[in-house]
Amino acid sequence: MFDFGRPDEEAATGLNNKINRQPLGITTMAEKIVLNGLTKKFGPILAVDNISLSVATGEVLGFLGPNGAGKSTTMRMLTGFIEPTSGTAEVCGLDITRHPVEIKRRIGYLPEGAPTYGDMTPESYLGFIAEIRGFNGPEIRRRIEAVTKKVDIGSVMRQPIDTLSKGFKRRVGLAQAMLHDPEILIMDEPTDGLDPNQKHQVRKLIREMSADRAIIISTHILEEVEAVCSRAVIIAHGRLLADSTPEELLSRAPDHNAVMITVDTNKSDAVKKTLEGLDAVKNTRSEKTANGDTRLVIRPKKGKLIADDVSQLLRSKNIPVQEMFVERGSLDDVFRKITKDGKSAGGGTNA
Amino acid sequence: MRNIAIIAKREIKGYFTTPLAYIFIVIFLAMSGAFAFYIGGFFNREQASLATFFLYHPWLYLMLVPAIAMRLWAEERKTGTIEILMTLPISTSEAVLGKYLAAWGFTGIALTLTFPMWITVNVLGEPDNGVILAGYLGSFFMAGAFLAIGSCISALTKNQVIAFIVAATVCFLFTMSGLELVLSFFRGWAPEILVRTIASMSFLTHFGAILKGVIDIRDLIFFGTLIAFWLFANVIIIDLKKAA
Repeated sequence: MFDFGRPDEEAATGLNNKINRQPLGITTMAEKIVLNGLTKKFGPILAVDNISLSVATGEVLGFLGPNGAGKSTTMRMLTGFIEPTSGTAEVCGLDITRHPVEIKRRIGYLPEGAPTYGDMTPESYLGFIAEIRGFNGPEIRRRIEAVTKKVDIGSVMRQPIDTLSKGFKRRVGLAQAMLHDPEILIMDEPTDGLDPNQKHQVRKLIREMSADRAIIISTHILEEVEAVCSRAVIIAHGRLLADSTPEELLSRAPDHNAVMITVDTNKSDAVKKTLEGLDAVKNTRSEKTANGDTRLVIRPKKGKLIADDVSQLLRSKNIPVQEMFVERGSLDDVFRKITKDGKSAGGGTNA
Repeated sequence: MRNIAIIAKREIKGYFTTPLAYIFIVIFLAMSGAFAFYIGGFFNREQASLATFFLYHPWLYLMLVPAIAMRLWAEERKTGTIEILMTLPISTSEAVLGKYLAAWGFTGIALTLTFPMWITVNVLGEPDNGVILAGYLGSFFMAGAFLAIGSCISALTKNQVIAFIVAATVCFLFTMSGLELVLSFFRGWAPEILVRTIASMSFLTHFGAILKGVIDIRDLIFFGTLIAFWLFANVIIIDLKKAA
């Protein structure tokens, strides 16, 4: 029913409002997850509004969005926990409402807040999961041992989960999701509540697993998107506002590739004038630093790199500079820009 | 089948890793004994039978079974583990049956632990053990019916207190529906057929019939049908909540 071989044509006709931005190198095959016009209403509240996207093997897709944006609801529909009001979710080519059990077999899912049966120990909990996932005898032991090592919970296997710290609980949840080595992993805020070392570890784990899997994570830690995701979508008010690579999103930051220099305040106006004379410079902005100097933010025109020009100009004019660096821009800024400006939905994202 | 057994096993283990199981069993044994001896006058009647023991089971279940049933689904919803359970590769009916059978099995364990009563009457006299067996069977089925009602109602809410109160009330109506107290309320306006239907729903009537020692298959079918009906409703409710 979907023809992935001709994404351009599909986009051109706008037939099913699908967003066809695909990462480099992945063209026609291995689409594991396909959402098409997925919509969920809770009474009068529109929680997820007509979301279409697809995820292929090898991709780590990050769901970004403010709290209450519809990230968890989308994941819940995808994992068969709730049913969509309209639209379809297909996993491995199967429709989730028609083949729920078959799909659940292939998905590893970490729900929001990583709920677990608190009165069980990780050992018995994972044993239960392994059994219900169809493993038998020694295979159960082997699976549990492997996954326990992966998420590093070996030391607490015999303590009731209720008595464990937040970080351990989250990792028990992760172990539950990864136990059967699923081809699709869906994790709702996998690193929430972990300390920086554990976060690093989990991100590494996700990267390692990504090669032969389709992975979706949700997060509101934007650095996480840069660290692990090959693609990111931004969701707000239930709508898909952007679907792109983290790098491309970053390039939408207002200060992306801007050059920052710090100069003596007395000379700042003159320097500013000089720099604005450069062709590639779009505009400059000045702000005071804490010790009374002036920082100039020199923004390039779209797609231009100006660091070289700026430094040559400064040297040729003999202007002393206390510091100089190139700003990458922050995803935070992009995120704020996109989520606050709800109008960027639709056309702009498909470009 | 395998999935049902795995879920039931996990549930049963869960009962015994918390104080819940022990508290329930102790209270059930203490109260069933107390009712039989003090209120029922077990010794004064000088009869080698467990009639006075079984007589109070409906009232005991009325309080204790909703307490077991209230957590079945409400707790899963409250703690969010329902999201784990329902995204595992199992069907809704397997989950419902697994949890229900564990709870029913657990009440069966509690009921079995009243065997000293049975030994006592056999030491003191020569009771009709067939009648006693029928009593146990009837009591077990009645507990199952209470549980099915409670399980279904537990699926409606994430608040265990609400689940308990509503389930206890519904169980109370089913228990009492054969008594004049309830029937006279309907008799004034409802057609005879409805009144008779309500009367036929009475747990007391059916349980009483079994206690006489005549295991009429219709009484067991009554409880069995009731269990099936409420569990079916249980599955429907969970599926409906998915789509809500």
